[in-house]
Amino acid sequence: MNTSRRDFIRIGGQSALILALGFSVSGKSKTLHKVTALGIEINPYIIINEAGKVTIFNPRPDMGQGTYQSLPMLIAEELEIPLDKVAIQMTDGSARFGSQLSGGSSSVRTRWIPMRTAGAAVKEMLLQAGANRWKVSITDCFAKDGFIINRVSNAKLSYGELVEEASKLPVPQKPRLKTWSEFTQLGKKSFRPDVTSKVDGTAIFGMDVKLPGMLYASIVHSPTIYGKVKSFSADKAMGVKGVRFVLKTERNFYHGPFSPDVELNQKARAKSEAIAVVAESYWSALKGKKLVQAAWSSEGAAESATSQYFNAAKAKAQSEGATYKDAAVGDFAKALQLSDYKIQATYQTPFMAHAPMEPCNATVYVQDGKVEVWAPVQGPDSLVTELAGYLGMKPEHVKINVTFLGGAFGRKAYYDYVLEAAHISRQVNAPVKVIWTREEDIQQGPFRPGMISAMQGGIDNQGNVLAFEHRLNGASIMANVFKADMRGKIDPWAGEGISIEDSPYAFPARRNSFNWVDPQMPILWWRSVYASTNVFAQECFMDELAHEGEKDPLDLRLHLLKDSPRFVAVLNKLAEISDYRAKRKSGKSIGIAIARSFASIAAHAFEVEKQGTGVKIKQIYAVIDCGFAVNPDNIVAQMQSNLVYGLSATIKNEITRNHGVIEQSNFHDFAVLRQGEIPDAVIHVMQNEEEPGGVGEPGLPPVAPALCNAIFLATGKRVRTLPLDLSSI
Amino acid sequence: MPTYQLTINAKKHRVDVDSDTPLLWVIRDEIGYTGTKFGCGMGLCGACTVLLNGQPIRSCSTPVSTVKLTDKVTTIEGLAAGNAVQEAWIEAQVPQCGYCQSGQILAASALLASNTNPSDEDIDNAMAGNICRCGTYPRMRQAIHSAAAKIQKSKKA
Repeated sequence: MNTSRRDFIRIGGQSALILALGFSVSGKSKTLHKVTALGIEINPYIIINEAGKVTIFNPRPDMGQGTYQSLPMLIAEELEIPLDKVAIQMTDGSARFGSQLSGGSSSVRTRWIPMRTAGAAVKEMLLQAGANRWKVSITDCFAKDGFIINRVSNAKLSYGELVEEASKLPVPQKPRLKTWSEFTQLGKKSFRPDVTSKVDGTAIFGMDVKLPGMLYASIVHSPTIYGKVKSFSADKAMGVKGVRFVLKTERNFYHGPFSPDVELNQKARAKSEAIAVVAESYWSALKGKKLVQAAWSSEGAAESATSQYFNAAKAKAQSEGATYKDAAVGDFAKALQLSDYKIQATYQTPFMAHAPMEPCNATVYVQDGKVEVWAPVQGPDSLVTELAGYLGMKPEHVKINVTFLGGAFGRKAYYDYVLEAAHISRQVNAPVKVIWTREEDIQQGPFRPGMISAMQGGIDNQGNVLAFEHRLNGASIMANVFKADMRGKIDPWAGEGISIEDSPYAFPARRNSFNWVDPQMPILWWRSVYASTNVFAQECFMDELAHEGEKDPLDLRLHLLKDSPRFVAVLNKLAEISDYRAKRKSGKSIGIAIARSFASIAAHAFEVEKQGTGVKIKQIYAVIDCGFAVNPDNIVAQMQSNLVYGLSATIKNEITRNHGVIEQSNFHDFAVLRQGEIPDAVIHVMQNEEEPGGVGEPGLPPVAPALCNAIFLATGKRVRTLPLDLSSI
Repeated sequence: MPTYQLTINAKKHRVDVDSDTPLLWVIRDEIGYTGTKFGCGMGLCGACTVLLNGQPIRSCSTPVSTVKLTDKVTTIEGLAAGNAVQEAWIEAQVPQCGYCQSGQILAASALLASNTNPSDEDIDNAMAGNICRCGTYPRMRQAIHSAAAKIQKSKKA
């Protein structure tokens, strides 16, 4: 929503004076800010005007995961104001709001205390202002529904009547936070404030932004992703009515230039060239795009293929690789040597496109040394840094209006499409809206990296696991996004979901390691990131060890996790709701998997039945322990979402590349699950008194292994390469 | 450029666009109803679904020249206020990102207009053309069933 201007004006219209109470939630400076009239230039999370209208700023873009409710509600709870009486605005990327990245399922768990503290501090100031007015003790006052109430006299004053006095008081450094039992909004099923506008079509996504004088741009990108324009002819495109410009532009990648023969240059940034068709309507731009004739140089990517990459990764898997400290236990080599049985298996997961329903788009206006953006982006603060650097501007001259995101799943934290719009706007001196086609969304990346997991395990005569090794072989997001040199090193992020903390199986000896392979294409985090690939191999191999040692897969896990009570509780709940121990008829089986990622534990059970040459998924059961549940209904929704998104990536689609070109292009050959293909799921959210964990991603990693473990038990066939075809196992 | 006359949400509109312009871009960029979304451009995802004389069509693949003035085009903005489908959608808290939901709701509305007691199979068939990457499918099914129940109840009453 590019609400900021409109709402400021509306707020201002109610009163000549606006006071804002703002806090740097980083804790570095808890300064009070007073502002008059419309010139709000502060660090506010909370604005209260004289009419009592409360505005709360949400620092985490909403892509469907629910931050438009969850974060403002943290403040509203402590401030004693019902969220439905609050106006919510998105932050604009300014540094004073701290990190504004929706990613890593981090929003609630990192803002849990700071947002509540901001709300509680403002409440205390309003209470003190009321106490001063009535000349009573602050303990004689309480806050409720936007009013300070005098316990003794029953007099009440609205927040609007007290806000000016409150703003002059010292800011409490350690306001008292409510105990969980005092919560009136958090922890209950509640309606999300964005839902109505998403049902009646009024929610504004990036795609819906329209500015006076705005031009539309469609872009011809390099077929091999990294190419440069050798030559192009604009004549035919310029002949399309409404086309105003056909010009060269560029796409910026985060990683260094693709050049396998030279040393890594950590300063250089890869760019491809592209051709923009800029028109008065998007349809004219699209028509023009089809008429651009271009010749490309492939810049070394002409023969890149995912099959070569996987072969290289499998070859690398023969090396031990660099060892992760966060998963090192005992002497793996020795323990393996002493094992009675040694088992090896290699797992492969494909590259994957994010394919959010809303293709990448951005509206940008570069004007008079300043830039303003209206776009669906996951992190407006990092976009400010990006654009300031790219355009050579001061960060204070970069303004980001965050709209609703029509899905993202990681993709919209990579701002190539915004930089393109900036590059074009600067050339044409007008606001420009760039809209990618679905074909570009699927063919241009960045993609989730495909990985090779080489597993080794050793067991004794009794079926006890003595040694466990997981070698990761493949692309590094640290290298590809942050230009880190990964030769001979671990990518610390790539080990997620399988560290001792995330996968606390009590193996006597354990080793995780990493071998870097250059993917020769842009890669990026994709919902649950490496946990989506790692956990598949880890949890399937657990079942392979259980089978070899003649143990029940659940019993083996319960035994190895016995010192991790939250894991045990989740597994026991899963066994209970799935009736795991029940005898199932021949050809029908239940498979399980468990993993912790993003500070929450999720475990799934898939019940499958053999049908002809394949299997049918009969039922899914899923349990999550994400600590305190801000809105339990939204946690169920996110679990449903992870099951569908994860299952699409398991049984429906993959990204492959041949001769430098991605072989899929739209939803006909990058198929996703549709209504009618969704198995029924029973979902359970654990109730406990733990701090909140992540919600948007942890439900995904156990999907593929739980299904594949069930398939093995039903058919005797072990699936080690994704995606799989349910009709032919 | 040719002129086309269209009836959208019971209002007549005149637009000057090329004959091959998809109805989607006419609705969004010329007339300004942005509830109808662009998703794939090939009629594969259903984000651009609108109703043409009550039937769901993919407006991204429907040239404006094929739509007559007598055709009634309905977008999400043209649904009656307080209708059972949108109310059921809110009650079930269906949307996540929300981008596909206009198309989903219109597809569901068309189904319920002709079948007030759809089976799960009827829902599968009617909704198969509309993709949701957030995976709100179970809640949409639930919302369609509860809207159907409400419609039946109001008919009896």
